[in-house]
Amino acid sequence: MLENRTATPPPALDATLRVALGSLDTLWFQVGGTICNLACTHCFISCSPTNHTHEMMGLAEVSRYLEEAAALGVREYYFTGGEPFLNPEMEAILAATLAVGPASVLTNGLLFDPARCRRLQALADAADYSLDLRVSLDGYDAATNDPIRGAGTFDRVLEGIRNLAAAGLNPVLTVTEVCAGATAAAGKERFFELLRGLGLARPRLKVLPVFKIGAEAERTGAYESWQRLRAGDAPENGWDHLQCSGCRMATDQGVWVCPILVNEPAAKMGETLADTLGSFPLDHPACWTCHVYGVSCRT
Amino acid sequence: MAYRPPRDQDPEAEARARLVAHRGLATWGNELLPLDRFRAAARAAGRALPPEERQAAAAGYRAALADPTPVEGPYGRIVVFGGIYNNHLALAALLEAAARHGAEAIYCLGDLGGFGPSPEKVRPFLAQGGVRAIQGNYEESLAAGREDCNCGYTDPRDNHFAGLSYRYTAERCGPEFKAWMGTLPRRRRVRVGERELLLVHGSPRRINEFLFASTTPVPFLEVLLDQSACDGLLCTHTGLPWRRRLPSGRDAANVGVIGRPANDGRTEVRYALLEDRDGELAIDILPLAYDHPALAAEMRRESLPEEFVETILTGWWTTCLEILPARERTASRF
Repeated sequence: MLENRTATPPPALDATLRVALGSLDTLWFQVGGTICNLACTHCFISCSPTNHTHEMMGLAEVSRYLEEAAALGVREYYFTGGEPFLNPEMEAILAATLAVGPASVLTNGLLFDPARCRRLQALADAADYSLDLRVSLDGYDAATNDPIRGAGTFDRVLEGIRNLAAAGLNPVLTVTEVCAGATAAAGKERFFELLRGLGLARPRLKVLPVFKIGAEAERTGAYESWQRLRAGDAPENGWDHLQCSGCRMATDQGVWVCPILVNEPAAKMGETLADTLGSFPLDHPACWTCHVYGVSCRT
Repeated sequence: MAYRPPRDQDPEAEARARLVAHRGLATWGNELLPLDRFRAAARAAGRALPPEERQAAAAGYRAALADPTPVEGPYGRIVVFGGIYNNHLALAALLEAAARHGAEAIYCLGDLGGFGPSPEKVRPFLAQGGVRAIQGNYEESLAAGREDCNCGYTDPRDNHFAGLSYRYTAERCGPEFKAWMGTLPRRRRVRVGERELLLVHGSPRRINEFLFASTTPVPFLEVLLDQSACDGLLCTHTGLPWRRRLPSGRDAANVGVIGRPANDGRTEVRYALLEDRDGELAIDILPLAYDHPALAAEMRRESLPEEFVETILTGWWTTCLEILPARERTASRF
């Protein structure tokens, strides 16, 4: 327990270790809170059925941010959790979002029955802007996936993807590097083959590194002290490659710098988007992962 | 039969039990602590500006950025096109169409090379037509001697074909042509009637930003035009044309490309005709037919990938597909 821990601001850093917000292109929503119907052992924010660190966001709350975001010219909206489709207002939230811009949802794929898939396809058809879904899987089969995501999840995710494909939706499969060989060409081909078998003629895949925080830190160990950005790491042309140079994350408790650090109070930047247009210090070890791996949570 | 561990034999049961044991506790970094402590820390963190400062911050964000680009014109009627991609036959047809329209000026939004055959054949047509060009990522890369086109693709297959095109063009462009590309401006401002238009390759922010119809929302365009202090924005780079009249009365358009068809099963390519009609700006995206079988034959003589030839002959893209957003991808054949 961190009984004595407080949210005191970090010590002043070298000015080159601050990332400026170039343009607010991407707005994330922690729309499912940290509540999930799974308890994956690599989850960087330890989501589970009982984790209420962040609560779900309602349509009214999301709509307030959408209004402010439109005035600031946000280009795209991403939804994550927890599991977004546990949120009873998720489809209404998507309809409201697609009226002002493209939307992507990061989901565990367990809640895609045929009726919901048809409703999502209808939403996509009716909108001027793109609707994209990202479904997570962490292995080529149940033997490799289920120890990470939970017993029986491999088969249930495949069923969800099959239902999406039958409705005409083409989700991006998202795999983490927990899955051995996923970054190599042969590993990717195994996933493409799997997706083709589920009815997706044009398979899409995104592979992400893991962040050694939350449950993942328990699984494989936390960051080591050398895994931090230092003044010498600043690239010549700045930090534009980092997602935080163009994104913010709204949760039920305010606006945070990025989707990764929502369980760090120090990464909360303000109450409205206008509060968060300044720069942010790159002093969390997860910032090191984004820099070294060139990670963007965007599709 | 798929492997399915019985629920009571979950090898990670212990880890998962720990994960679900935090009712009433928050995860803070790697630790658990009472929810109210996390929430209090979150409430205390970050800024909560007073309303007038919020308004000022938002207004500052939207404020016009200084841009010394001189304004050309005013004109009554111009033709604007993008992405020649070495398609000298389409360029010749474009010049004829511009003459038929009575265009007072012709603008090219960059990407002279790539995809098609014989890069140097484009050059005399540009001179003959008095085409005023800006740099695309291709010109920027060729002039700087870069190893790749900086198209901005993320998929290995897309990058493979982009690399083939780029190397073909780089090897066949003379040093003088490349140096000339480096002298082209990155943007132009052109007045049509009463409207001042900003002409860019990708976006006003990045030479290789993709502005597709389904991922370029109206509110985003309004802010982009505020920041650019213009009445209209013209871009290319994606290869897929669209146009929007914004609620503010301003205009934005992607003029498409004349180098390859617009992934719609038609062999014609696209360009834009802009004219001042009684004080109103009209933007028409028009199809342009050219001798595409002759281009396909030349591409085969040059041993360019058959995938490219197929696109010229069918109007459907076979490469650069992974960068398409969901909606544009759904509308494509491959």
